[in-house]
Amino acid sequence: MVKEAEVREPLILGKDVTYHKITEEVCAPVEGRANKLWWFIFTMSLLLGLWGLGSITYTIGRGIGVWGLNTTVGWAWDITNFVWWVGIGHAGTLISAVLLLFRQKWRMAINRAAEAMTIFAVMMAALFPGIHMGRIWMSYWVLPIPNQFGSLWVNFNSPLLWDVFAISTYFSVSLVFWYIGLIPDFATIRDRATGPIAKKIYSILSFGWTGNAKAWIRFEEVSLVLAGLATPLVFSVHSIVSMDFATSVIPGWHTTIFPPYFVAGAIFSGFAMVQTLLLISRKVLNFERYITIQHIELMNVVIVVTGSMVGTAYLSELFISWYSGVEYESYAFLNRATGPYAWSYWIMMTCNVITPQFFWFKKLRRSLTVSFILSIFVNIGMWFERFVIIVTSLHRDYIPSNWSWFHPTWVDIGVFVGTIGLFFTLFLLFTRFFPVLALNELKSILKVSGESYRDGNKPEKENEELAA
Amino acid sequence: MTKEKYLYGLYNDDELLVDGIKHVQSKGIKVNDAYSPFPVHGLEDVLGIKWTRLAIAAFLFGLTGLALSMLAINYFMIIDWPMNIGGKPSFNFYENLPAFVPIIFEFTVLCAAHGMAITYFFRNMTFPGMPARNPHPRTTDDHFAVEISPEGNEMSVEDLKSALKETEVVEIFEKERITKFV
Repeated sequence: MVKEAEVREPLILGKDVTYHKITEEVCAPVEGRANKLWWFIFTMSLLLGLWGLGSITYTIGRGIGVWGLNTTVGWAWDITNFVWWVGIGHAGTLISAVLLLFRQKWRMAINRAAEAMTIFAVMMAALFPGIHMGRIWMSYWVLPIPNQFGSLWVNFNSPLLWDVFAISTYFSVSLVFWYIGLIPDFATIRDRATGPIAKKIYSILSFGWTGNAKAWIRFEEVSLVLAGLATPLVFSVHSIVSMDFATSVIPGWHTTIFPPYFVAGAIFSGFAMVQTLLLISRKVLNFERYITIQHIELMNVVIVVTGSMVGTAYLSELFISWYSGVEYESYAFLNRATGPYAWSYWIMMTCNVITPQFFWFKKLRRSLTVSFILSIFVNIGMWFERFVIIVTSLHRDYIPSNWSWFHPTWVDIGVFVGTIGLFFTLFLLFTRFFPVLALNELKSILKVSGESYRDGNKPEKENEELAA
Repeated sequence: MTKEKYLYGLYNDDELLVDGIKHVQSKGIKVNDAYSPFPVHGLEDVLGIKWTRLAIAAFLFGLTGLALSMLAINYFMIIDWPMNIGGKPSFNFYENLPAFVPIIFEFTVLCAAHGMAITYFFRNMTFPGMPARNPHPRTTDDHFAVEISPEGNEMSVEDLKSALKETEVVEIFEKERITKFV
């Protein structure tokens, strides 16, 4: 049987799209004024963020005794939040780096926003180990620097130090990758800016970009090589985060499945967060022709694939805990499913294993409402995954007299809610001052993947007077 | 800072730009450069530009990072203060290498990525606060410019302009451009 390849759906919709129209539409949010809805969400996020900063200040002032931690559960809410945010921060670089290497053109409409999300999420993540140190002003001790205590160095055998290097490398490389892509687009805004202040600011931000042939060659090479460097980085970061747990001897943590399982979970939650943010952004910023239903569907495909990997990992963990014959290991998993935190285990199972399975159906994959609701479920589920792994494994210590219970205090909750507020504050500022779509990349695919150039079509050129 | 005067032809389509360059080149005119709002593929062949060696630079930076991190870890963990951690003494680099791999890898990537990024900024001379050096504001929007140096060609400016006019050019203009910063 011979099956002809399907004609691919266009990536840029609309029969009248020209290069200029892309510029106009992508720059519109930057050049226009924010509407009331933006101000409302911004104010709410900022207030939450300020509440979080207050809680952080309180934590630093009083010490981490204000959290719900105790001697048995020494890691809980904060590390849950840390891993959750780092996980979310995996989608952006995966989209812009891995999909670039696989030559997936659909990434071009979503990579800029996804990477901004990555950077903000990693910033939120980095906050937690910092404040968990208690004395945050000594956080530079994690770096191998000569010090006044003789030859006291950090331990290069420790996954906690690997994490320091992994997260800081990931953050700085993602930031540079993102910014290098932004420079030509800032130049577009610079050349369009009318106000003197905007002109000055975007002139600084665009680094004097010229856009000559050689600069573009270098740009493409840098993008490709950085993508190649960032790809193993994406996989290494969450592997290393998982080793914080896996290299310990706590039942429920000490498993070799952790690195791939955490990476799949990270991509899963990251794509869900991208989905949540972009479903709103495409509507509010009028980007429906660029972030099409096809984009949403493809992201849902990634969600169902990685979600199923996570589900498989959960089930194999359960099986191995029984098959290993190790009593502690078996108990840890029985306790997760039936113990005092069973409710969080079943929230995790429902949100992460069952909800993504709806995306096997094309109709649901292409539904905006379903995508939005399920993306939120996934994020809730992934938060509970980390909570289950961390708290349930710790609260039953080896000696029953040490058994304990964790409940968050208002400070724990305040810091977490605050990071959500700060994250949205940063993302909302991003949508107003940065080009949310990668202008130069979209223009480069207009003729091959745009509806306006299909079937010998050509959009009407606008006869505009050129400014001298 | 040195400035030079150039002749520019402006096009409103990438294919017209490439056709235009090919046309003026067929008349024996040397084309200096071209400006576009996005990377135009095939332009480097038409202009005869060599591909960049930034990837080689990245590789060398990566090697530097690899060597530096191995030297540093060897000094910290083996020479300066060997410790017995969990019954696994670190008296020898080779036997402890597996535990050092993650940081060696991360540092290699860190050096390769940032080294290349800094080289990229230097090669393009793009830094915060640099003046915009594109010939026309629309070359970052939807227009494409070809740059011809009147001094590099033996024709008169008028002849160059008439050669450009034979192509589907939107506008022809002369403008000064910064060629050297130092």
